[in-house]
Amino acid sequence: MADPKRFSDDAMVHADSLYAAALRMTKNRSDAEDLLQETYLKAFRAYDRFEEGTYLKAWLYRILTNTYINSYRAKKRRPEETDVEDVGELYLYRQINALERSGLARSAEDVALEQFTDDQIKEALESLPENYRYAVLLADVEGFSYKEIAEITDVPIGTVMSRLSRGRAALQKSLAGYVQEWALVKAEK
Amino acid sequence: MTEQKMPSMDPFDRSSCEKTIHELYHFLAGELTDAKRKEIEFHLDHCGPCVDIVSFESDLRRVIADRCREQVPKGLRDKIAQLIDHELDASESGA
Repeated sequence: MADPKRFSDDAMVHADSLYAAALRMTKNRSDAEDLLQETYLKAFRAYDRFEEGTYLKAWLYRILTNTYINSYRAKKRRPEETDVEDVGELYLYRQINALERSGLARSAEDVALEQFTDDQIKEALESLPENYRYAVLLADVEGFSYKEIAEITDVPIGTVMSRLSRGRAALQKSLAGYVQEWALVKAEK
Repeated sequence: MTEQKMPSMDPFDRSSCEKTIHELYHFLAGELTDAKRKEIEFHLDHCGPCVDIVSFESDLRRVIADRCREQVPKGLRDKIAQLIDHELDASESGA
């Protein structure tokens, strides 16, 4: 049984990453703050049921996910059921290469990935339908394994993998929009 | 029964590129079995275009993760700490 006195020390180290997830999911600072607070309070109250030696960060994410689904998604009239268009693999890479071939971008440096701002990446991620967004966030931002994501989101691992592959592709499509803008700005100069 | 042999990727075969690209994200996420990972690493030792693609996707993955970092506002962090202390006090005095 986990010692409640150690909860703050053990659990608060994950607060920044949980807060980032809360922001991406609620898309709203005040909701994200409430969600984080509620998650920690619930986690504390359930801490005596947390099995020591298991992955605390994943356990906290599980609570965040359930809290989000119960308290925040319920606010919406109906859940997002939007699907994403499957644009295939390497969408962004292919787009950049096409721009280079067309002479709109002189070299890879013109479209260096470092040019992406925080806001652009966050917006691109937030533009994805919820299930895809959350899968990509857990895998590619937080580095959870597919198996952990299946447990956190309570879906089969095959569903996780299909959400990831389509979500990643849709994210690349969204980012490609910025890259095209850069190329146009360059071309006008 | 014919001899069963694990199919292995010929690094110079074009289908190896397709396979590498198809497994790319699982490769970067560290989700492949050792055998599959080694096949792809072996292919990458011999295929420049695939190395370019892998390094592009790996950079992109890092940029996405880096740009999404957030910091809990100090006020909220303090508030959560207070709430937990309060709960802890209540549970101790109730015990």
